[in-house]
Amino acid sequence: MDLAFTEQQQAFREEVRSWLAANVPPEPLHSFDTEEGFTQHRAWEATLNKGRWGMVTWPQVLGGRGCDLIEWLIFEEEYYKIRAPLRVNQNGIFLLGPTLMEYGTEEQKARILPKMANGEEVWAQAWSEPNAGSDMAAIRTTATLEGDKYIINGQKTWSTRAVWADWCFGMFRTDPESERHRGLTFILVPLNSPGITVRPIPQLDGLPGFAEIFFDNVEVGVENRLGDEGAGWSVAMATAGFERGLMLRSPARFQETARRLVELYSANRASADCDPAVKDAVLGAYLDAESYCLATYQTACRLNKGGKIGAESSTNKIFWSELDQNMHATAMSILGARAELLPHAPDAHGVGTWLDGWLFSQSGPIYAGTNEVQRNIIAERMLGMPR
Amino acid sequence: MDFTFSEDQLLFQESVRDFLVNEVTTERIRASWESDSGREDALWNQLAELGLTGMTVPEVHGGLGMTELDFVLLAQECGYVGLPEPLVHTVMVAVPLLNDMGGELAAQWLPKVASGEAKVIVGLEQNVFVEDAHVADLLLIQQGAKLYAATPDQVNLRHNESVDPSRKLFTVELLTGATVVASGEQAATLIASAFNRGALGCAAQVLGLAQRMIDLSVQYTSERQQFGKPIGSFQAVKHHMANVAVRLEYAKAPTHRAAYAVAMGQNVAAHAVSHAKLVACEAANLAAKNSVQVHGAMGYTWEVDLHIFMKKAWALANTWGDAGFHKRRIGERIFATDAVLGAGATFV
Repeated sequence: MDLAFTEQQQAFREEVRSWLAANVPPEPLHSFDTEEGFTQHRAWEATLNKGRWGMVTWPQVLGGRGCDLIEWLIFEEEYYKIRAPLRVNQNGIFLLGPTLMEYGTEEQKARILPKMANGEEVWAQAWSEPNAGSDMAAIRTTATLEGDKYIINGQKTWSTRAVWADWCFGMFRTDPESERHRGLTFILVPLNSPGITVRPIPQLDGLPGFAEIFFDNVEVGVENRLGDEGAGWSVAMATAGFERGLMLRSPARFQETARRLVELYSANRASADCDPAVKDAVLGAYLDAESYCLATYQTACRLNKGGKIGAESSTNKIFWSELDQNMHATAMSILGARAELLPHAPDAHGVGTWLDGWLFSQSGPIYAGTNEVQRNIIAERMLGMPR
Repeated sequence: MDFTFSEDQLLFQESVRDFLVNEVTTERIRASWESDSGREDALWNQLAELGLTGMTVPEVHGGLGMTELDFVLLAQECGYVGLPEPLVHTVMVAVPLLNDMGGELAAQWLPKVASGEAKVIVGLEQNVFVEDAHVADLLLIQQGAKLYAATPDQVNLRHNESVDPSRKLFTVELLTGATVVASGEQAATLIASAFNRGALGCAAQVLGLAQRMIDLSVQYTSERQQFGKPIGSFQAVKHHMANVAVRLEYAKAPTHRAAYAVAMGQNVAAHAVSHAKLVACEAANLAAKNSVQVHGAMGYTWEVDLHIFMKKAWALANTWGDAGFHKRRIGERIFATDAVLGAGATFV
């Protein structure tokens, strides 16, 4: 055990820090759930890619830096510290990208990854259907192979980023006789295909962060199938694994929220201390964010040495999502009467971005497998309790 | 950056776990409750033969010359079996304190500790009671700003019965003959280090206790049938245990980090120990609460083994600094105006 960064890691941190300092836009971008903000964020992806900072864990030949997980964590720390823009293409970069590298053909990788990397093609996910949420094996949207094309019919929903994205990826039922997780195929679909209708769904903040996608005889070339026909479930499990895993929820985000929460508390101590539970919650939030960081480093080091992620990784989704909710709930109670104010309200001084974060934190325990589903997984696969 | 244990450390953990699980059965623990001392020389000698009592004793004094980091996984295993013998105290507190003091006292006692011939017990005021004072051959007792050394004939002990029958607690009154071995700033430094090591050992032990309570609960709820199926198949029961697993999983890394910080003598050690003690005890208390619940009425009995571990977890939560003490230490650091927090600050 050696809990110090190597000189090489320190140098990497310096390099990240100075590049970000020179390139991060001085003013925060608009939300990527607005048309203007989406365009701004797409441009930021291009900027990142030009500096080869877009996908640091991708191999060098694909425009990445071949970083290991520790360098990835360092990158994220610097990224969140300077409050660089959120990643509009995270569905692509962190979910589909790694899945493509594992299951994609050389042609698919060459065709798709470079445009994903520079933000030219932004990806939405198309997992859920009106009757297939937690029960993803209940998917009914069909893809029928005719010659060298799939004909897709049905409906997806809760498709994050689908309103302005260029492509979506998801699972479709290619064998109409099949049931449950058999007979599903992973297919990539251009969202400008004829027969597609995207209906935006406003989220809690009123912005269309996700959408319904209707498929009416949509034709997709068979070259857009990822993995074998009928093997969609195992490909999707790999994607979901990445989603729940380290890549999407690095500790830096939560540590920065915890730091800002400590600051908020310190600045409002006179009123905040009227409720003794507040100080305890701030302290607990700080500790949990640190625990999350330490545990992530421990896992990353183990993986770097060839270890495997086990069932215990299901604990991480619950841990960070509840931490995020708790931190924002505490911030809201510190802000008191001003907590409910929208940031542009005339007397909303000092409210920062807490309200936005509070709203977003409500989604954490739901998306990427509800926390109830995660608890079942922990009980059954990690603890070995009976099904 | 390498936040992993070495192959050797993991192998040592495995062999000690095998030994403890085989030797320190719940039957043996229950039998120890019937004896006057509650301690067993035969078991202590076995631990000494494995080199465990001398793990942190320097090689020149007949020990293995290892660190708190080498022992932290073993302390977890001691917790897992609810080991009544003062092994964690010896390795984490008594030996390092003697080491720090050095001199004649260390030279005289460390070889005897390594061989299993003698037990040295440390009593700090923070803990109010001195555990295992009755089996000590040498006591190192804090009184105010001084540390005293005393042999059994130089103290009066008053036994205080604990809810955990394995815990033997005493108040210690020093009699004539007890000698001052450290005072002033030197004593303060020694006491602070000893306290942090004790709290670290406590955190590691409760991780093991929490795991044991999970294992007992999983086993019980897999066997116990109601409504025609194992109660462990009900989500309400599963989620109780999943919640414990989540808290426990995230208490491990802080404890291992604290062991590293203590072993390396880092400035952050006290803070890291408080972090570990808080989250480990929180996980163990939740394990106790949810385990007794999923055991139903059986969990409320003397007969079922759960209480052996549950009561120890309750007790350890309030020793070596209770939650209030450790939260205050964390608060003093993070609410300071010059605090460096947030992303990238963890390992600085």
